[in-house]
Amino acid sequence: MRSYKNSLNHLFLLLASIIMIYPVFWWIGAAFKSNEEMSSPGIFPKTWLWSNFTDGWNSVPNFSFTHFYGNTFTLIAGVLFTTVISTSLVAFAFARLDFPLRKLWFGILMVTLMLPQQVTIVPQYVMFNKLNWVNTYLPFYIPHILAAGVGGPFFIYLIIQFIRGLPRDLDEAAKIDGCSWFGIYWRIVLPLTKPALVTVAIYCFLWTWDDFFGQLIYINTVDKYTINLALKLFIDSQGSIPWGQLLAMSLVSILPAVTIFFLAQKQFVEGVASGAVKG
Amino acid sequence: MDTVTKKKRSNFWKRWDSPLAGYLFLSPWLIGFLLLTFWPMMMSLYYSFTDYSLLKAPEWAGLDNYNKILFKDSLFRTSLCVTLLFVVVSVPLKLVTALLVAMLLNRDIKGMSFYRTMIYFPSLIGTSIAVAILWKNIFSKDGFINQLLGLVGIEGRAWLTDPSTALGTLILLVVWQFGSSMIIFLAGLKQLPKDLYEASSVDGAGKVRQFFTITLPMLSPIILFNLVLQTINSFQMFTQSFVITKGGPIHSTYVYVMYLYERGFARFDMGYASALAWVLLVIIGIATAIIFSTSRLWVHYESEGGK
Repeated sequence: MRSYKNSLNHLFLLLASIIMIYPVFWWIGAAFKSNEEMSSPGIFPKTWLWSNFTDGWNSVPNFSFTHFYGNTFTLIAGVLFTTVISTSLVAFAFARLDFPLRKLWFGILMVTLMLPQQVTIVPQYVMFNKLNWVNTYLPFYIPHILAAGVGGPFFIYLIIQFIRGLPRDLDEAAKIDGCSWFGIYWRIVLPLTKPALVTVAIYCFLWTWDDFFGQLIYINTVDKYTINLALKLFIDSQGSIPWGQLLAMSLVSILPAVTIFFLAQKQFVEGVASGAVKG
Repeated sequence: MDTVTKKKRSNFWKRWDSPLAGYLFLSPWLIGFLLLTFWPMMMSLYYSFTDYSLLKAPEWAGLDNYNKILFKDSLFRTSLCVTLLFVVVSVPLKLVTALLVAMLLNRDIKGMSFYRTMIYFPSLIGTSIAVAILWKNIFSKDGFINQLLGLVGIEGRAWLTDPSTALGTLILLVVWQFGSSMIIFLAGLKQLPKDLYEASSVDGAGKVRQFFTITLPMLSPIILFNLVLQTINSFQMFTQSFVITKGGPIHSTYVYVMYLYERGFARFDMGYASALAWVLLVIIGIATAIIFSTSRLWVHYESEGGK
């Protein structure tokens, strides 16, 4: 009875897995297909067209995808670095320090967690436009330095929760030994917070990569384009879309996310779950 | 009494010691909040009462923008209807799927992490352009889905260029990515006390009964969390419809943020776009308030449960 039930469970899960993952496998196959073969529901192409990748890579005139990857990583590297520093500093203040109005600021942080970005996007654009920052990456770097970029409040919250779980004895001891607040942050809390910082870095990477709206608004010449904008250009520029090349390029574009996912599954799952369940 | 004064003294010491340090550490966020959230919010409220095109200074227009939006703008009404339909259909579908699959995954059987990975995978690539491109391809007229349907003898249709199915196709894409809700449910399910189930099955409760009397009530705070999160996110849907259908055919997928984008950043009608943003904020606020006010009826908190 039990083994029958177990295998039924396996059957359901296997079926669910196949439904979920089949389009992805089909995608991998389709990236190698010719346009004629594109719509066949089978995964494997008759002939493997590697040229989809090489042609696709150079499909945008004047710039190859190497350039767009370079742009994207420049953007993300700056954002990652600044986010990890700013959000951990702020989280340390909320989790360990006592100061007037702390509760009020924390409440505001919680509200901004839910605030839709549309309500600030117009004046932010006006502001960055006046500063001549449009078509640079500064509209991405500066908010992240101030922990106000995409996901900022969420990252602060995530690190606060993590620091609260660390034993306070350590910083008490350090304080007795004459360590300053910055010393406590830098030498004690920060090294212990590494797992949470890794989670923050992962999500920051993915969300910045996926922040199409921001990239669409702030970047408007092709030489500064990110991968997402390049793909959008690709899909819009040609009359009849060379699907093989397009699917090949979009497949390549998810590789960084996939790699991170398989390297750090644990942090991934924890990051998603940490918002809802205290633990 | 003695310990109280002692405590007070040490607190007093801390209070003198850390306010400055506290605000120093807080300053990145505090400046960011004031400069990049609070100030822009106030400005956008101000712009929403003006006629502003970026080129000229904003001109006071009173309630004109709101008047137009609420009473004369048929595109606003269309985009709001599309968005409401999208939210009302996609959010429950996504959450029900996520909960059912999470319950399937919440067992100690072999290969669980393999299944979890497979099922989570589509959510990983989230709202990226890459997935939108894939979707555009497989739901095109001679795409993979129609070929597949052809194999079982169903004649497909042009899913994305037919106004009656285009939005449904986008909803399917969003529901396909139920992974993060599922993982949150899974984490919640793992924390449910096993003895409750054992006790109730001794009392003769079946699986279905257990689901409705134990699992659902115990999980209700997490359901609420997921519901609020997904509702707020769904109101802001943009990328999928912008890339896959461009809002068409005949505005059947013309979501609210897409209208806001076109007003603000294609036509640089900043005053009007700001007003649209505030209307969206109010609508999201109302939706969230409705969810929270009904939550008293269905969310069960353990502390209130007489434990």
